[in-house]
Amino acid sequence: MTASLTGVDRLGEVFAAAKAEDRAALIGYLPAGYPTVKGSLGLLTQVLDAGADLVEVGLPYSDPVLDGPVVQHAVETALRAGVRVRDTLGVVEQLAARGGRAVVMTYWNPVLRYGSGREGGGGPAAFARDLANAGGLGVITPDLVPDEASGPTGWLAAADREGIAPIFLVAPSSTDERIAATTAATRGFLYAASTMGVTGARDAVSGTASTLVARARAHTDLPIGVGLGVRNGAQAGEVAGFADGVIVGSALVSAAEHGRAAVARLTTELAAGVRGQHTGR
Amino acid sequence: MTSASSGLAGTTHEPDEAGHFGPYGGRYMPEALIAAVDEVAAEYEKARRDPEFLAELDRLQRDYAGRPSPVTDARRLSEHAGGARILLKREDLNHTGSHKINNVLGQALLTRRMGKTRVIAETGAGQHGVATATAAALMGLECVVYMGEVDTERQALNVARMRLLGAEVVPVTTGSRTLKDALNEAYRDWVASVEHTHYILGTAAGPHPFPRMVRDFHRVIGLEAREQVLAAYGRLPDAVAACVGGGSNAIGIFHPFLDDEGVRLVGFEAAGDGVETGRHAASITGGSPGALHGAMSYLLQDEDGQTLETHSISAGLDYPGVGPEHAFLADSGRATYEPVTDAEAMEAFRLLCRTEGIIPAIESAHAIAGALRLGPQLVAELGPDATILVNLSGRGDKDVDTAARWFGVVDPESLPTEPPPGPVDADGAVASGEREL
Ligand SMILES: Cc1ncc(COP(=O)(O)O)c(C=O)c1O
Repeated sequence: MTASLTGVDRLGEVFAAAKAEDRAALIGYLPAGYPTVKGSLGLLTQVLDAGADLVEVGLPYSDPVLDGPVVQHAVETALRAGVRVRDTLGVVEQLAARGGRAVVMTYWNPVLRYGSGREGGGGPAAFARDLANAGGLGVITPDLVPDEASGPTGWLAAADREGIAPIFLVAPSSTDERIAATTAATRGFLYAASTMGVTGARDAVSGTASTLVARARAHTDLPIGVGLGVRNGAQAGEVAGFADGVIVGSALVSAAEHGRAAVARLTTELAAGVRGQHTGR
Repeated sequence: MTSASSGLAGTTHEPDEAGHFGPYGGRYMPEALIAAVDEVAAEYEKARRDPEFLAELDRLQRDYAGRPSPVTDARRLSEHAGGARILLKREDLNHTGSHKINNVLGQALLTRRMGKTRVIAETGAGQHGVATATAAALMGLECVVYMGEVDTERQALNVARMRLLGAEVVPVTTGSRTLKDALNEAYRDWVASVEHTHYILGTAAGPHPFPRMVRDFHRVIGLEAREQVLAAYGRLPDAVAACVGGGSNAIGIFHPFLDDEGVRLVGFEAAGDGVETGRHAASITGGSPGALHGAMSYLLQDEDGQTLETHSISAGLDYPGVGPEHAFLADSGRATYEPVTDAEAMEAFRLLCRTEGIIPAIESAHAIAGALRLGPQLVAELGPDATILVNLSGRGDKDVDTAARWFGVVDPESLPTEPPPGPVDADGAVASGEREL
């Protein structure tokens, strides 16, 4: 890890390293503060140690409209226990301090309001700065589209100044025109939502995922991560067949309900999956 | 007289192409739904220029919903307003009992045009849910309504109405179990069902084009009232008052008066126990700009941008946000927004019952309370001719239980906690609630 590399550069390294091994990267999501701030740090560390290439640290938000019941329950638990935005940045900082690579997954309003109670002003620019200082590599924003992120005071400019990656989503319903605009605004990797729906483990990987990835490739050389619904090694292997990254969220959160060992077990299985070594299910 | 379709004709007060009213509005929402709102926007643009659509909307609003709604001179109520003349725009007399039907009939027609077969809605007081269930029955659409569990309890009458009309009512048990959580659930449904489902958003909020489109469907309130007041009194009102939840009835009556500089526009927000107590739902008075449920606007939030829990005796105003055009009007000063507490609203509720023989929705009682406060100020300033037009957005049948408890007009013990038993079947067993509807 070189100090002069930006978050965007280091995300590039994550995917390049996986590609050099002829495999997809494994990306694991868990919310900060679940079950406690310290507990979430332990779980995320476990995910990295058991073979994930990158983690998404979820920033708990009161109105997670793109999340299904499993993630909703976890973030509600975290919020009820009093988790703050600064705790999420703290978790990122501690992961980064031990060499872990992390991006933040957050709804937009906490970024917009970041530091509003502080002297000297806050907002997206301050969030980008503090995340970069914490060693975070990028931010996934499920309810911010690039249309609302441009302009001199916008998110794209703020992220660019700090070298962190603004990571946007494309969905099966996205038109080609929107895929082009979204990929143009995205840095690091593109997040392809495999299916029309909220987060949550599903029995089968939707057939729309590979189609969406193929459509997006026509517009970008960015690595493409596929998320929503992957829950086991076999599915991870399947997605790894057509995507550059396999993103697993709800299944890890469900495992987290059973503790660190369960998280480690699932991550190990997923890591084998993206290497084409899953034992089958 | 002006008709419902006049509201869609376009005005000199429009958002930009992307739905921004100054810094407010826009689209803060998942990419997965952008195609859907683009489709709604495009279809609405076509529909509002299509004489057939406009004629069908006018026919329904006239023959089905009962438009135009009258304006009532509330003479005995006026005595309690420092002598200011209070005129009531009677949206409570519309079919289903509130202004909500104006928007719903428009969006239901649009749903049919888009070839979709299912509609979903969020509801707080249940009035929007009832209106949506009604339109769905009328047009043969499948209908699912999301309603916070707290609201299904305090507005039980409307839950029954929706079910009688054939809608599925889903009690939402997440978060604060009120309107904001119902919106979250509706969005979650829509993301997965958008191919065949239209989301009939119930207020002038949410992502573009909803704030503008919902406003247009409600502009008929102000267009009619403006003509009615001019015709009856030869002048415009000095002030227009409305309650503000998400802001649909208020923007509907305000908008046609925007260019009438002498007409004050005053919105009344739910102050619950009082804005200073923190237990309220006054988003403009007590909030700050932020993004929630698809748009940038004022909202009640903490330092971290987490949405705050709200409180109001009125389920329809118990929401932490407000439509973006109101945020814009508030900043510009063209409209002002004031808080009204639960106690003030209930006093106005009582007064309207006793002086005019009208039981208002508790939401609308906030506007009445506002007018009672505004009256003496206007009379002091303008003299005894001062006139206030109040949007009486809905009737109070749904609130009779809440009001009866508030005023203690019945022994709370005597109010049913269990539904009364259903008919007795042949075996003498009570068949309560088990029959197929
Ligand atoms: C009678 C009535 N008035 C007002 C409202 C508040 O909504 P809005 O501010 O969109 O008019 C409601 C909402 O349920 C209502 O039922």
